Amino acid sequence: MTPTPNTSPQLLDPHDARATAGTGAHPATVESALDVVRLLDENGQRCENSRFGPWVEDVDVQTVQSLYRSMFRARRLDEMCTALQRQGQIVLWPPLRGQEAAQVGSARAVGEHDYVFPSYREHAVILERGVPADQMMTQFRGHAASSWKPSETKTHIYSLVLGSQVPHAVGYAMGITQDATLAQLAGESQPPEAAVLVYYGDGASTEGEVHESMVFAASYDAPVVFFVQNNQWAISVPFSTQSRVPLATRAAGYGFEGVRVDGNDPLAVLAVTRWAVAEAREGRGPVMIEAETFRLGAHTTADDPTKYRRTDEEQRWATRDPLLRTKALLNHEYGVDQDYFTDLEAETDAWIKETRAGILDGGPQDLEQRFDVVYAAQHPLVEEERQWYRDYQDSFLTDGADQSLAGSDDHSVTEAGRA
Amino acid sequence: MSEVFALPDVGEGLTEAEIVSWKVTAGQDVAVDQVLVEIETAKSLVELPSPWEGTVLDLLVDEGRTVEVGTPLIVIGDSSEAPGNVPDPGYTGGADQASRASARSGDNQDGKAGSHQQAVEGADSPGTQALVGSGPKADPVLRRRRKPRQATEVQPPTPAPEPAAPAAPSAGRPSLGEGIADLISRTRLGQSGSERGPWWNTKRQDAASGAKATTTEAPAADAADVPRRPALAKPPVRKVAKEMGIDLADVAGTGDSGQVTKRDLLAYAAHLREIPDGPDSFWVSGNAPGAGDRTQRIPVKGVRKLTAQNMVKSAFSAPHVSIFVDVDASRTMEFVKRLKEADYFDGVKVTPLLILAKAIIWATARNPQVNATWTDSEIIIKRYMNLGIAAATPRGLMVPNIKDAQDMSLRELAVALDDLTKTARAGKTQPGDMQNGTISITNIGSLGIDIGTPIINPGEVAIVAFGTIKQKPWVVDGEIIPRWITTLGGSFDHRVVDGDLSARFMADVAKILEEPALLLD
Repeated sequence: MTPTPNTSPQLLDPHDARATAGTGAHPATVESALDVVRLLDENGQRCENSRFGPWVEDVDVQTVQSLYRSMFRARRLDEMCTALQRQGQIVLWPPLRGQEAAQVGSARAVGEHDYVFPSYREHAVILERGVPADQMMTQFRGHAASSWKPSETKTHIYSLVLGSQVPHAVGYAMGITQDATLAQLAGESQPPEAAVLVYYGDGASTEGEVHESMVFAASYDAPVVFFVQNNQWAISVPFSTQSRVPLATRAAGYGFEGVRVDGNDPLAVLAVTRWAVAEAREGRGPVMIEAETFRLGAHTTADDPTKYRRTDEEQRWATRDPLLRTKALLNHEYGVDQDYFTDLEAETDAWIKETRAGILDGGPQDLEQRFDVVYAAQHPLVEEERQWYRDYQDSFLTDGADQSLAGSDDHSVTEAGRA
Repeated sequence: MSEVFALPDVGEGLTEAEIVSWKVTAGQDVAVDQVLVEIETAKSLVELPSPWEGTVLDLLVDEGRTVEVGTPLIVIGDSSEAPGNVPDPGYTGGADQASRASARSGDNQDGKAGSHQQAVEGADSPGTQALVGSGPKADPVLRRRRKPRQATEVQPPTPAPEPAAPAAPSAGRPSLGEGIADLISRTRLGQSGSERGPWWNTKRQDAASGAKATTTEAPAADAADVPRRPALAKPPVRKVAKEMGIDLADVAGTGDSGQVTKRDLLAYAAHLREIPDGPDSFWVSGNAPGAGDRTQRIPVKGVRKLTAQNMVKSAFSAPHVSIFVDVDASRTMEFVKRLKEADYFDGVKVTPLLILAKAIIWATARNPQVNATWTDSEIIIKRYMNLGIAAATPRGLMVPNIKDAQDMSLRELAVALDDLTKTARAGKTQPGDMQNGTISITNIGSLGIDIGTPIINPGEVAIVAFGTIKQKPWVVDGEIIPRWITTLGGSFDHRVVDGDLSARFMADVAKILEEPALLLD
């Protein structure tokens, strides 16, 4: 999707954002004391890390294959959804290409009682949370306000307002602690230990509410893990403009630990997130993780990255592709042969075809479903409005003209004015 | 069976795209998601992948054309259907070659495209298909038939004036826009609660009875005042309309749900421009005998050529900085009126332009650098003023100047201005009259224009545009009162005149228009 390579000459003015884009080389940058945690290098070779290595000691070939499979499926789904948007089937699509390891690795570290707050690009996370791919797309099709029920998936809905999910996540985490306190006071059995994992990006890290959330999280010892995927670009603003220091170093300012991790290394992300979630569950949170990765595609399908970033930066990061790295690990260390990858490709092709059909089959939600999600419990006003809506619907002749629910729903408003 | 892929909105609210290059040819087999065509939108170059597997039967839009969202681009179907022998897919509304040709040219604005999800069966497809394949869902908005209204206990106190009756849409195209318009207009009409049906009514039962009395009277009072129908249009179209000063409600929309498309807007704007052009004889019909070449060629020479050269030279060599200021010129208008009545000015034409000219002379004395010439080695400040006045003449735009304007009394200046304009209008301006100008005025207000960005006369560094003077609501001491308001625009050569100086100069000019008595200083 980038027919015109951007090879504009390197700018020399260090204060011009474009000059330092992707280099982290703001002239006033403070050298960070934090090392980047890495368990696999760019060629898929193991790196030693005495602190986090033990957290993935149990990982065997099946686990790595499974990680790779999830990443591969997420990428293929991402490609298909981009195409569907170009075909007019999806309103908008934010591609995740390049961030598969950060998402799959972290989502695998979440336990059954933990709760996840995604931003809006966490498609691989959502798949890991068990939401079927075709269902996941209903929101992007404009068919539903959210594609899954948080009560069923322990996964909050996508938050399209930048950073808005972070205070929500902290509030939820505070609630976990308070539930435990209440149970203790009442002499009841303790609820299972749980943590909250909240995703946001380098761009959202600049939002005020994200900072406030961290203050609250620290003040209330909230069991929350802040997982920031630093994909280097906040739409067209490079990371060097967002921050002069790695985002993980900011955690110290709030009084908790921040860890930098190679976001394209699935094992390192898995290890660090496992550790962080355990810390949070056991009351030693909050924790911040900065996964350093790169958005290989556009911000959304309405964006053209060639207008603001150089092609050589994209090419540099393309060699650090998480899928290449994981495939190399499977090849070299575990001797997985080409048959596995060929089979995976065929299996994914079939899955994609099926998913595509499922996506295109779906239609808009009936408006009546909206009445179910206004309040947690029944409410007389909502019931009254629901009855009005039913009466209104019943006022039409049933001659088979009712083909288009969405159209008629919108239309019902106009009819109401006419009634 | 074949299917038509129509141009989707690949951004957010884009209205059109240019077909840059086709990546497939007729007869070629394509797979799902194979790239068909590269298009360029207002945002970016985008490749459109194929929604279907099949054979390309026809490409409907030529490369280089800009087409609206919803325009059919390509027909894909079974390989058994040879290219060129495609049953009419229905999007042209007829099977004849002429209409197909028109669809191909991209000028077909009927937009009778099948939703691209919809398989098109052949020439006899019903006319009720979806309008366009734009966006994820192009379902037709079907008007459902209501059950007969039953008399309920809550009857309107007076028979409600039936709003613009939703007469069965003739084209089978019930418009959502009409519906929304109705809703809004009904809301504005302030119906009584009981007219809104039982649900709204119960909500309003508790409302104070006094309020109720007023609402029941409202419909009758407002019924005559039919609110204007709000126009539907996408944001880019709205923006352009705003810039053009066109009220979209005046434009007939041909798009989905009666939306005003960019093409509608441009057609309307062109229509507006044509009105003053008047004579029917201007147009040459294509069928007229001996029509031949229907363009008119005007050789570029003389004043036109000079104007072009000067403007290009000025606009591209002098970095222009333009600033604008609104001025309460009520006192100027009063002053002009008094001068006209004064015996001393008998037989002399007095206009607000005279006061502006005087104001510029006054302001230049306080900010001399606006009265200068730039050379690469030095700035030459003129300690005299040859005041240029841009004038539309039969020969074209000219900028004759009043020599040594700084020495003139108000009356002398008035006479000089009058002479200058008369000479110019008669087309008798001499070359010497146009040389050695030091600063200029362009009086675009005489044509009723509010303000514009003037281009500096070459060899000078400043020009002031004088907008129309008209009464507007103005806040004086916290109260809105009608005042005579004008807008001044100044362009300055930034090589000589910095923002600070240009602002001071314009403020000084404005000061005189606001209080001409300062000229006595």
